[in-house]
Amino acid sequence: MAKKWNMIVDVEKCDNCRLCFLAVKDEYTGNDFAGYSAAQPSLGHSWLDIKRKERGTYPIVRANFLPVMCNHCDNPPCLQNAKNGAIKKREDGIVLIDPEKSKGQKQLVDSCPYGAISWNEEKEIPQAWTFDAHLLDEGWKKTRAEQACPMDVFRTIKVDDKEMQQIQAREGLEVLEPQLGTKPRIYYKNLHLITKCFVGGTITQNLGSVEECASQVDVILEKEGQTVGKTKTDIFGEFVFDGLEPNSGIYHLRAKSTSWQLTTEFNLGEESKYLGVLELQTK
Amino acid sequence: MKLSVILWGIPQAMRAASKFYPEYATRLKEKNLVAQFKVRDNSIGRWIKLEDGKISTGSGIHQNPDITIDFKSKAIAESFLTPPINLLERIDAAKNYKVVLEGPDDLAVWFMRVTSQLLTIHWKFGTDMGNGVTRYTSGTNGGPIFVYVKDGKILRTSPMDFDENDAESWSITARGQTFKPRRRATVAAHAMCQKSMVYSKGRILYPMKRLDFDPNGERNQQNRGKSEFERISWDEALEIVANEIKRAKAVGPGAIAVDHGSHHQWGNLGHYLSAFNRFWNLIGVTKLMHSPDSWEGWFWGAMHHWGNSLRLGCPEFYGTVEDCLKEAEMIVFWSSDPDTTYGYEGAQRREWAKQLGIKMVHIDPFLNHTAAHVGGKWISPRPGTDPALAQAICYIWITEGLYDKKFVEERTNGFDEWKAYILGESDGVPKTPEWQENETGVPARDVRALAREWGMKKTYLGAGSWGCGVGGAGRGPTGMQWARMMTILAAMQGWGRPGVNFGNLQFGSPLDFNFYFPGYGEGSISGDLAFSANSANNYQRMPHIVTMSTVRQSIPRIWFPEAITEGKASGYITDVSSVQGQFFPFFYPSPGHARVEMLYKYGSQLLGTMVAGNRWTKAYQHESLKFIVNQSVWHEGETPFADIILPACTVFEKWDIGEWYNVGAGYVHHMYSMNNHRVISLQHKCIEPLGESKSDYEIFLAICEKLNLGAVYSEGGTTELEWCKRVFDSSDLSKYISWRQFLKKGYYVVPADPEAARATVANRWYYEGRKKDTPEPYPLPSDYVGSYLDGLQTTSGKFEFIAETLKKIDDPDRPPLNKYMPTYEKPETHPELAEFPLKLQTAHTRYAYHVMGDAEGSTLSDIREHRILKDGRYYFVARMNKQDAEARGIKDGDLIRLWNNRASVVCAAQITERLRPGVVSAYSGSARYKPTGKIGESTDLGGCVNMLNPKESITKKGHGIKPNAVLIQVEKWTGTDNWKPKEAK
Repeated sequence: MAKKWNMIVDVEKCDNCRLCFLAVKDEYTGNDFAGYSAAQPSLGHSWLDIKRKERGTYPIVRANFLPVMCNHCDNPPCLQNAKNGAIKKREDGIVLIDPEKSKGQKQLVDSCPYGAISWNEEKEIPQAWTFDAHLLDEGWKKTRAEQACPMDVFRTIKVDDKEMQQIQAREGLEVLEPQLGTKPRIYYKNLHLITKCFVGGTITQNLGSVEECASQVDVILEKEGQTVGKTKTDIFGEFVFDGLEPNSGIYHLRAKSTSWQLTTEFNLGEESKYLGVLELQTK
Repeated sequence: MKLSVILWGIPQAMRAASKFYPEYATRLKEKNLVAQFKVRDNSIGRWIKLEDGKISTGSGIHQNPDITIDFKSKAIAESFLTPPINLLERIDAAKNYKVVLEGPDDLAVWFMRVTSQLLTIHWKFGTDMGNGVTRYTSGTNGGPIFVYVKDGKILRTSPMDFDENDAESWSITARGQTFKPRRRATVAAHAMCQKSMVYSKGRILYPMKRLDFDPNGERNQQNRGKSEFERISWDEALEIVANEIKRAKAVGPGAIAVDHGSHHQWGNLGHYLSAFNRFWNLIGVTKLMHSPDSWEGWFWGAMHHWGNSLRLGCPEFYGTVEDCLKEAEMIVFWSSDPDTTYGYEGAQRREWAKQLGIKMVHIDPFLNHTAAHVGGKWISPRPGTDPALAQAICYIWITEGLYDKKFVEERTNGFDEWKAYILGESDGVPKTPEWQENETGVPARDVRALAREWGMKKTYLGAGSWGCGVGGAGRGPTGMQWARMMTILAAMQGWGRPGVNFGNLQFGSPLDFNFYFPGYGEGSISGDLAFSANSANNYQRMPHIVTMSTVRQSIPRIWFPEAITEGKASGYITDVSSVQGQFFPFFYPSPGHARVEMLYKYGSQLLGTMVAGNRWTKAYQHESLKFIVNQSVWHEGETPFADIILPACTVFEKWDIGEWYNVGAGYVHHMYSMNNHRVISLQHKCIEPLGESKSDYEIFLAICEKLNLGAVYSEGGTTELEWCKRVFDSSDLSKYISWRQFLKKGYYVVPADPEAARATVANRWYYEGRKKDTPEPYPLPSDYVGSYLDGLQTTSGKFEFIAETLKKIDDPDRPPLNKYMPTYEKPETHPELAEFPLKLQTAHTRYAYHVMGDAEGSTLSDIREHRILKDGRYYFVARMNKQDAEARGIKDGDLIRLWNNRASVVCAAQITERLRPGVVSAYSGSARYKPTGKIGESTDLGGCVNMLNPKESITKKGHGIKPNAVLIQVEKWTGTDNWKPKEAK
């Protein structure tokens, strides 16, 4: 089986420092790479973009970031929409838009469900991140994004598809919008930080009329009688359950320590939820 | 060698060089002249005639030479001209007139340069990468980088990956795990946008003159910032500037003022403390005295409890990375966001701490980027109220006995008085968690939980952006109280105890702190012993001619506008050698000195970086400022407030040399301890200067030549590349890598110390009652009250809860006991400000470096957390809480107007839950200024949010800024500007 390029993106490690984004701009602005890509406009394009996702409300808030780029799909919608052989899929998995043959084909911008194709107004061509194919072909082992990243978000790997499937299963990797059947070659780790919800809260107790954070309290999350998760509060009485499906409906929450307890229920909608301050009562 | 033979050899070498090196042959064609070498008694001589590149020569004395190099004796001439050059002798000969250059300055400098070029022309540099690509190295404020060049153009830039020949990295074993840093130099965002900055459409490529400026007629100062510019020749520009210097000098000493930003492009030579200091010292100028901007609370406040004056009031940090990883159980980040302000070298170490299960707490009104990344508890006080929170922590520690009683007893003074204050015994107000809740909005229960955990577990206090000081809540109206509280919290927990120290793993890597390479603060080629740290090491190690301005006049930078428009100003000297050095006022104008009427600006965009920046427009347009020249790389907001603009080039277009984050002795000694590796880079001249731009050094030299100071300025024509070699030779680098190798490879990684030789842990010596053994030469010997190396730099030699030095100055803003005084501009107590219900925070920028990297055309513009493109303009981003936005009908990405009585600025809204309600956050680093109407009196579309901040000082007996807690209002921008400034009450 032929070895093909893939990239793994660990969402948890990304803090939006933007070095990958800037490295891609650095590589492609002002440079034509014959047979690969025409120069990117000096401003306006984001071939590698970083989307911002905030979850929760003050004071329990999570901020995560999702690098999004051409997925070099094995079933690329753009290829199906291309005329004149403007898009090719290489043996090594990389999808390239020919800067000459694609001239005028603005429809390709809309064909990408990931919004990864940009329109170059001046040259009238669609453009996307080439997986730095011109560098990989020269012998580079890493993409510019990986080389520039200070957080080790990216891993550029060339393996056959079977091995990639094993890595995906072993590391619990996901792709963006798998239901579209595009078969992306960009895989994500910890994607739940973007796609799933959390519920959090602060548990307190009144000790002689003084409000204290209740730490080390067992908190149990249940749905339809089944335990979904168990955790303990931290020293500030805070707890978080992450990885819940958005719009997953009614949950029951129980908290207990030796002589204190509380129960509550909530409806989980589209967004993550901070349940506020929950006061333990004596049993 | 015999002098006659050496002299005979020079023209022979020139002939050979022009044969082998076409560029040298071309160079020789630049000028026709006769140069005479001779001994003063005319006993030996040789002339060289250059005519259209042809060389003729003869022994003896020429009848009519254009320039003469005259040596006092044969021996001096032989020593001077025989390689390898002994620079100490050469400098001695030059400054004591043992060798004298006669003739027109520009010709003499040119001839000396083509002569010395014979020694450098064969130098080769850069790494051949194949396909016509050469990889060079450079340095930026965000870290060292590789620069790939093809066909004279920058192809790409990238962070440096180290290779197998580079020194091994250190490792730390903590709690059974061994950690080793990545084999690379990570950089900050502003390092990765440099190519776009080089080729930005905002570059200034030609000398320019304001259309309605006539040096011999109407100057139209009032039109600065409004009028258009025309391109002029370098000759014309230099002539005007040199004539204006002469004209202003004739007015009296100090009539010329110089202004520069707080920072510069990276590199020792081109830094303002080097090339510019050397220039102005030879001209004689009024300096704009910078206050310790970014250190405010630490400098004016914290210093009085523990000294550390030479660190501007911040503590030492040696060994803290290892100690923290091995011992600490919790890190409290207090107003501390190192990922944002200092790049990512520390980020990996914080990942290790997370792996080790070290708890993290973040105290900041904004869930900052470091906090969001590493996670942990977020505590969000109202801006400017942090000292109350800290005092309530003391309350719990005292009432529950959770402090280091032995340390307090043996190593501190004044605790009883402090304790009485905290318990309310002296003022009737116990500083309880409930008391602070009213001020800070932080639940009392959170303070109790934090104080107990802190008091029972070994905790690192990461205070300010370094973790060991600087910035943070120290840059605000209550900044002194806050920084003072940080010292007090540390003292109560036994500062220096294993696992108890200052830090957030950003500073204190186990590097070699004794390998000498000069930091930029050491003034490089300046020869300036007064206003740089040159005298500490550099002056001895790199012989160069001392320079000194004879003008004794300064203006406090933050009140420069008042100095110009009102003709007077006063401030406090930034003398860091002792604690009481900050108590000395100075006044403008100085006795016997002239009022400033010419301003030499060296880049900078004070409209975006200084508080109440609208004031600057008034100063720039004031008629008393008869001439402004701005030497700058980019067109920035205030560039047009000038009469002549001189185009400087970027670091990629000239030679320089520097070490990543090496500031040198002076104010952040061993700052490179933030990095995982010490990386020294030659900053190759990667490409030719764009347009007609020149390096700063070459511009100063060209002006000096017009004043007959060229040979003095350049020490006989020394080029930047030759200076690089002199810096190299002066450092320990020359012991470990040859100049030839260094020229080619471009960087050197300094090996870390072996584990047994590592620096000791910060303040452990004091905790254990030993003599000081950390590798910093501070405090100065005379500041020890007992025996040398014994105790702290305070009046008592101990940590002082009640600051003795503050008892001596009677400053209402700094009582000796650090009592809580609420921030100014409180809506509850200032009804006249009721229309401004929101607090504004203006922290340092995340993506640009102050304003650097924010010029038009920079790729940073496309970062939607930095600027947002709307209707053809990139607007600066301001963050606000969802509730505040909803109440005003504002949606994410909307244009919004932030205003108060001082200014009105349009930004693009970013709606977030990462700010507590009632707080707006926007960075203070806009390079652009676009008033909608009258300059200085209308709404700015550029994003200069610092204009909203007050001009008043943080303390009455000092001069420092106090941004970060002003009141503003925000509304959706309608596009119609009705705003007018009002005098603040």
